[in-house]
Amino acid sequence: MPPVFGVLFDGVAYGMLLFLMSVGLSVTLGMMNFVNLAHCSFAMLGGYVTITLMNAMGWPFLATLPIAFIAAAAASVVLERVFFRRFYNASELDQCLLTIGIVFVSIATAAYIYGTDQQPLQLPTYLHGSFNYRLFLIVVAVVITVALVLGLEATRFGAQVRAAVNNQRMARGLGINVDGLFAITFALGSGLAGLGGALAIAMLGLDPSFAFTYLIYVLIVVSVGGLGSIAGSFAAAMLLGVSDMAGKYYVPAFGSFLIYLVMLLLLIWRPTGIFGRR
Amino acid sequence: MTTETFAGPQDFFQAQLRWHWIEIAFWLAMLLPFVLTPNYLVLASQIAITALFVLSLDLILGFSGIVSLGHAAYFGVGSYTVGLVSKWGWGEPLTGLLLGGIAAGLFGYLTSFIIARFRHLALIMITLGIGLLLVEAANSASWLTGGFDGLQGIHTWRIFNTFRFDLYGYTAYGYSLAVLFVVFLVARRLIHSPFGLALRGIRENGQRMPAIGAATGQHIRTIYTIAAIIAGIAGATLAETTETVSLESLGFQRSADVLVMLILGGTGRLYGGLLGAIVYMVARDQFSGLNPQYWYFWIGLLLIAVVVLLPNGILGGLTLLARRLKVAS
Amino acid sequence: MSENALATQGVNKSFGSLIVASDIELTLPRGVRYALIGPNGAGKTTLINLITGMLRPDAGRIFLDDEDVTSLAPEQRVRRGLVRTYQINSLFPHLTALESVTLAVCEQRGVARTWWRKLSVYRDEVDEAHHILSSLMLAPVCHRPTRELAYGQQRLLEIALALATRPKVLLLDEPAAGVPRDESKELFAAIAGLPRDITVLFIEHDMELVFRFASRVIVMVGGRVLVEGTPQEIASDPQVRAVYLGKTAGALKHG
Repeated sequence: MPPVFGVLFDGVAYGMLLFLMSVGLSVTLGMMNFVNLAHCSFAMLGGYVTITLMNAMGWPFLATLPIAFIAAAAASVVLERVFFRRFYNASELDQCLLTIGIVFVSIATAAYIYGTDQQPLQLPTYLHGSFNYRLFLIVVAVVITVALVLGLEATRFGAQVRAAVNNQRMARGLGINVDGLFAITFALGSGLAGLGGALAIAMLGLDPSFAFTYLIYVLIVVSVGGLGSIAGSFAAAMLLGVSDMAGKYYVPAFGSFLIYLVMLLLLIWRPTGIFGRR
Repeated sequence: MTTETFAGPQDFFQAQLRWHWIEIAFWLAMLLPFVLTPNYLVLASQIAITALFVLSLDLILGFSGIVSLGHAAYFGVGSYTVGLVSKWGWGEPLTGLLLGGIAAGLFGYLTSFIIARFRHLALIMITLGIGLLLVEAANSASWLTGGFDGLQGIHTWRIFNTFRFDLYGYTAYGYSLAVLFVVFLVARRLIHSPFGLALRGIRENGQRMPAIGAATGQHIRTIYTIAAIIAGIAGATLAETTETVSLESLGFQRSADVLVMLILGGTGRLYGGLLGAIVYMVARDQFSGLNPQYWYFWIGLLLIAVVVLLPNGILGGLTLLARRLKVAS
Repeated sequence: MSENALATQGVNKSFGSLIVASDIELTLPRGVRYALIGPNGAGKTTLINLITGMLRPDAGRIFLDDEDVTSLAPEQRVRRGLVRTYQINSLFPHLTALESVTLAVCEQRGVARTWWRKLSVYRDEVDEAHHILSSLMLAPVCHRPTRELAYGQQRLLEIALALATRPKVLLLDEPAAGVPRDESKELFAAIAGLPRDITVLFIEHDMELVFRFASRVIVMVGGRVLVEGTPQEIASDPQVRAVYLGKTAGALKHG
């Protein structure tokens, strides 16, 4: 099989991970314009939850995944109630500073509890091998994506989310409880990030710097895809995942060059993202 | 807000230019490290250089509303220019600054054509992208830049053939402080010029500017180039005083740090950036000393505390405090 | 110098299937005061956006003093004297009134690019700004930040900004919108006091303003010009009455 298929396969799997980690940020940014740079800390949290459950408590890998989701969602609910909701009307720069502070705290805490080394992870035998694992990733992510899209298009909750993203003031005027909606969406998005973080360990590794390193890639996916768009995040994640893998395989000397170049060109062509609002 | 009365409209603009006694006190206090903390002069030199870098970001972010996540690109270009020129045999410091500034300015001018066309998230990500691309390019061109190990063989000559850069840092700090002060004066003049007013107009309401006949794109390109020159000078100063240049001078970490310092100190007031640099770097130094592995934790708490407690950064908080004291007295 | 300060030929604009401007032909002779009226959604503000260059027309041309400005950027049209104000204040919140108008004057005179000279040496520009503010009764509050001004004062500041650019053609988008009755006296005086050689087109719903200041009225409905004439002709035009559903017909009879 020519290497291009391998690159594509790897790229799609990587893209799925990026999608899971980014979709929450895209929707919450689009809905509330709240700049949450601590988004990847939730991903990191999910990863460490899985590690702890597996290595310290002997849980099977698959069983840890829903817990990773719930833990990250729960943590986000706490943070949102205690901190974030007071800053919805603050300047974006203030939101940046606040959430960067939270990232710093989360990185230091992770380093304190787990140390700075990469975390070892023993996958179950049926997931051994890069092909098996990537296939697993893709299947899980596709199932979740379908669930998200169905949820968005076919449920009342989804309709309200779409309305609130489209025009917050109007949605409030229609009686939609935007604040409550946002809390739920925020929890869902952070939970997905946590799940993504847990799934990412076997492919990308996990150490305390995860929260910062992948923030850049998540921001790239969100901006290229368009704020508030699930389809946009998906398309952007696929595009960037494949570009990154292709770049690293075909032109290893230039490393991550390709992904940044693709991002620049796409943003120059479509500043609000592929599926962004004009 | 202000209850000052002015005899005529001209007085308002005159008053803005006058040196407040606090400003003078601030700059005099900058001389204190020579006397009070001579062991920390190397750190002080780094702080002065970083303060200059933050100043350059303030000009585009605080005064013109351009949020950049890749400003270290120009800092790095300045650093590498000086490093290379020195490696190839010319280590005169003042001309080094000039060369570093010009190189960074040129790069800034070219990129400004892209920058000026975008706003909001796209602008932030484009600045990030340009910075990251430059790091990759510098990494790949290791024959030129020394790659991951950085440049070797830099030697800075004496200033005016008299002052030698040594390990104690007296020359380093004196030099860095002087550069900072001179550029600060230029920036202060710029802020109080018609151009400075136009920049604030762009920040306050970019849409309205064309409707009063302003060539907004041109203004943005100009200030972006000037900010790049200043960042380049800061980078050049770092290369000269430390005689090292590495990839981190271009990197995302440096761009993110300078952004954090500016917001921490308070945007759009010049002194806010300087304060932010001082507070952040002193805090980082102290926290690393106390707790080498987990200093991130305390810095994070500091940032959270500032956002929660102080509106408009540290300078904003100080201004509020001063006003409350004045009212109370 | 031509007779017509502003002219449009065959200006068309649509967003998909929504036609917002259909074959607009206007000729505004120098110095005449025109009122542009019509129901909400008729395309009046859109027309201003098209004339000033904020929106590009699908077809048609725009002439300023017989010069074809259709391809010029908005700031270039402003430089040639085509200026507008906004229906919803578009000001500089943290700049004082004096700073705002001084900025506009500096841009007009082309000195806004100098970064090496202090503002305080530009005495003429500051004086002119202050003079404009005084003529609009804003001198006492000229040192207050814009966001601290009363709404009526902000509306006046909108006009001050426009005057600072030395307009030849001034497009006012609902200058009295949102201004309480007790603050509108200065506004009316400002509009009455506009120099006679400026050609003015103002969008208004307030019929009192229309009848006091306009010598000609243009009625727009659904993106096209319905009819044009003197205020008296428009008031008695049955088509116009029908458009307003007889509701404001009583007010129209006011002239």
